[in-house]
Amino acid sequence: MSYKNEFTGITQLRLSPFFERTSKLNEPQEWKRWGGYLAATSYELHHDNEYFAIRTKAALLDISPLKKYIIEGPDAQKFLDRLVTRNIKICKVGQVMYTPWCDEDGKVIDDGTVQRLSENKFRITSAEPNLDWIQHNAAGMDLTITDDSYTTAALALQGPNSRDILNAVASDSLDSLKFFWMMDTTFDDIPVSISRTGYTGDLGYEIWMDPKDALSVWDLLLEKGKSFGITPTGLNALDISRIEAGLILLDVDYVSSRHAIIESRKSSPFEVGLGWAVKMKKKDFIGKKALEAELARGPEWNFVGIEIQWHELEQHYRKAGLAPGLPCTAWRTSTPLYKGSEQVGYATSGAWSPILKRYIALAHVKSEYASEGSELMFELKVEHFRKLTPAKVVKTPFFDPERKRSCPV
Amino acid sequence: MPSVKKYDAIVVGGGHNGLTAAAYLAKAGKKVLVLERRYVLGGAAVTEEVFPGFKFSVCSYVVSLMKPNVMRELMLPKFGLELLPLESTFTPLDNDYLIRTADADETYREIARHSVRDAEAYMRFGPAMGQIGMAVRPILETIAPNAIRPSLSDLSKTKKLLDHFKTLSSEQFEYLTKLMTMSSADFLDEWFEFEPLKASMSASGIIGTFMGPRSPGSAYVMLHHYMGDIDGSFRAWGFQRGGTGEVSMAIARSASHFGAEIMTEAPVEKVIVKNGKAVGVALENGDEYQSDIVISGLDPKLTFLKMVDENDLPSDFVTDIKNFRIRGSSGKVNLALDGLPDFTCLPGEGHHLRGAISISPSYDHLERAYDDAKYGNFSQEPYMDIILPSVLDPEMAPPGKHVMSCFVQYAPYDIKGGWNDQKREAFGDAVVNTIARFAPNIKDIILHRQVLTPADIESTFGLTEGNIFHGELTLQQLFALRPAVKWADYSTPIRNYYQCGSGTHPGGGITGSPGEMAAKKILGVWK
Repeated sequence: MSYKNEFTGITQLRLSPFFERTSKLNEPQEWKRWGGYLAATSYELHHDNEYFAIRTKAALLDISPLKKYIIEGPDAQKFLDRLVTRNIKICKVGQVMYTPWCDEDGKVIDDGTVQRLSENKFRITSAEPNLDWIQHNAAGMDLTITDDSYTTAALALQGPNSRDILNAVASDSLDSLKFFWMMDTTFDDIPVSISRTGYTGDLGYEIWMDPKDALSVWDLLLEKGKSFGITPTGLNALDISRIEAGLILLDVDYVSSRHAIIESRKSSPFEVGLGWAVKMKKKDFIGKKALEAELARGPEWNFVGIEIQWHELEQHYRKAGLAPGLPCTAWRTSTPLYKGSEQVGYATSGAWSPILKRYIALAHVKSEYASEGSELMFELKVEHFRKLTPAKVVKTPFFDPERKRSCPV
Repeated sequence: MPSVKKYDAIVVGGGHNGLTAAAYLAKAGKKVLVLERRYVLGGAAVTEEVFPGFKFSVCSYVVSLMKPNVMRELMLPKFGLELLPLESTFTPLDNDYLIRTADADETYREIARHSVRDAEAYMRFGPAMGQIGMAVRPILETIAPNAIRPSLSDLSKTKKLLDHFKTLSSEQFEYLTKLMTMSSADFLDEWFEFEPLKASMSASGIIGTFMGPRSPGSAYVMLHHYMGDIDGSFRAWGFQRGGTGEVSMAIARSASHFGAEIMTEAPVEKVIVKNGKAVGVALENGDEYQSDIVISGLDPKLTFLKMVDENDLPSDFVTDIKNFRIRGSSGKVNLALDGLPDFTCLPGEGHHLRGAISISPSYDHLERAYDDAKYGNFSQEPYMDIILPSVLDPEMAPPGKHVMSCFVQYAPYDIKGGWNDQKREAFGDAVVNTIARFAPNIKDIILHRQVLTPADIESTFGLTEGNIFHGELTLQQLFALRPAVKWADYSTPIRNYYQCGSGTHPGGGITGSPGEMAAKKILGVWK
């Protein structure tokens, strides 16, 4: 129970500004690589409690490995509006927009958020390094581009109690901060920005700060958050919740067109479920022509949620004399989907949802088989043998609580 | 002036099984009315704010046996079912402790501190019991046959079960026979040697039962607790966010969604029986409601000896019901705390406070507690199963404060001289003193204390003798004998009168199963 086996180690990977704290809390000492950093897989031997912290209490995640770029200057808005598929012209100061961006062929390079920090200053986040692509497209524009990846540290505080905790720590109330808006405030005397964003599909916030303040912010949150059930949380729990929220992950659910090697690996925004984020009425943006053409002929693939049907799944395991073998972590193995004898798609990530009690997955499915309610067969391995078991196309997000968007009156 | 309204079915009692039956019937298109005596739904699966800001799962406090198909078919996650993992069992001892957690390596290490042999046996025990759970699952999912005058369908399902049993391995058969007949202590002695481990494990064989760990038959009760699975893993306990009342509320919301009407503060006085046929109910306030069928979610004693006249029932059946064993053996103490208990053997906060805390240091501790009860007293040093819900779900208590739920055994219903206020407080003191033996700070942090004796449980929640399972889970009153032979398939000697409480197969716990199977039986015969 209280074994405190201390050790020190050496790593070639980058350490987050929170590492001094997170490394002491990581009981299994399990880390994943995330953007060249060490990122905690889970803080406890099992991630169960962390998962439920996201859904019932408040989870604290170190998201410093996110790539961040500051775009500043008179042409900043014009530039971003051309770079991404969302309409940045209507993005107000203090507003945040989630958006993909594409190459000239309309294939997705990356996805992230654009924060409008002031009239002429934006921060864009991404999963992979994008500085080269951003600079390449800014030629002739009156703006500066700064890599903010190491100059801003970030935490995500996600879960139904996250607002209560921030209200207890921040000098301003968070009550009126709307979904996908942000504000500046202070924790004691430490300046922070808080955006109402996240990767869990729950009520949640992301806190942006100077790395030198990172440890103080961490300590303050843990101290004030204790009675609200704040729980340091790792990537295992996050991965389940982002699937429940129907949110895609680069290199898992799609491949950046910049690294795709072959054409078939590339996806348009329509093919990764981001059609809603493509504003075709915009005058121009990178990839617009190609996307127009794609829309005209209809996208070949669709990105959907599927639910693996319980009854038949259970029967497969019962026949083998076993209780249903449910994955306790999210999986990322591409898994075939069939209609009859033809493979018509593949699931790219899936998880047993502990809160929904449903076995869910995100999948690429040929458009003609992708409508809601469409019945497919999912490949399952039971005791080393391949079986096909029914799965149904369902709406995403799988989990979408009202609190995600609502504000206290 | 008596009101008259016509329903297809009326469910007496808004406990979780009554609500489950109502939801299934409503889902099938029936016009259903649920009548609950109290102001709040849930029966024994109820959450109440007993002290301002402090919410308690007043009676039933954990969930493990809720049937997965019920969750899905009634869409309970959508209506608020959220089960948080209760991940450990912590047994404080006088100078040491034992802990078992969800992590196999940690559990191995902790048991091996006491016995390497046990640590290894423990790794085999869980899967073995899981397989037994799988083996008996078909029994639990079968509507019990009429063993005296079996119908054709009774015969065919009996054959199916026999065929299933032929598929069991000899090892499974051996364990099953042993579990059906032995005491939990004898059964566990075959596996383990470290006394506190055996005692803690045997405790699930005495819960809700007027037996000690050395009483034959207690091994079955232990098995009953192994039959649940959450998300496919057997023997996983869960805590419902917001307390167990939220399980009931999720079922109630599902029932309402499907069109059932639910009334609280509507105590039923009598089921109206005409010409041997149930035709409606009369409320205590004189209101009457008519329906094609009436379903009782109450325990067998209330269902047959209070809700209807004995004269409407065959006398041998009345005798069976009178002999049905429903002795109350447990009490519940709910504490509102100013902080967390600090255990001498494992000081400070930690994971050990996030699961069950079992006061079961030895067989002798449990047996002595049972001895007190055998002779008509509450246990001076009781067995307890304690959880701290606010550690898992901070909303159960004000920030920084906590709630503690103590399931306490033994507290006999038939206590010498009867229960009264002094005895209740003395019982509460015995509980607090026993906790203080292991966590001395408890006395300083208690803000409020709610003590429920079996008599209180009976009068408040309507559980006869305060028995949490609507009747003990002993072999002679299971399956085709629960609650009585010939009437174990949810029907009763009165036409159109059905039963769906924990006093029917497959018994107690928050399972939804009696309610579900009763509804399916009713829908199967509904003309």
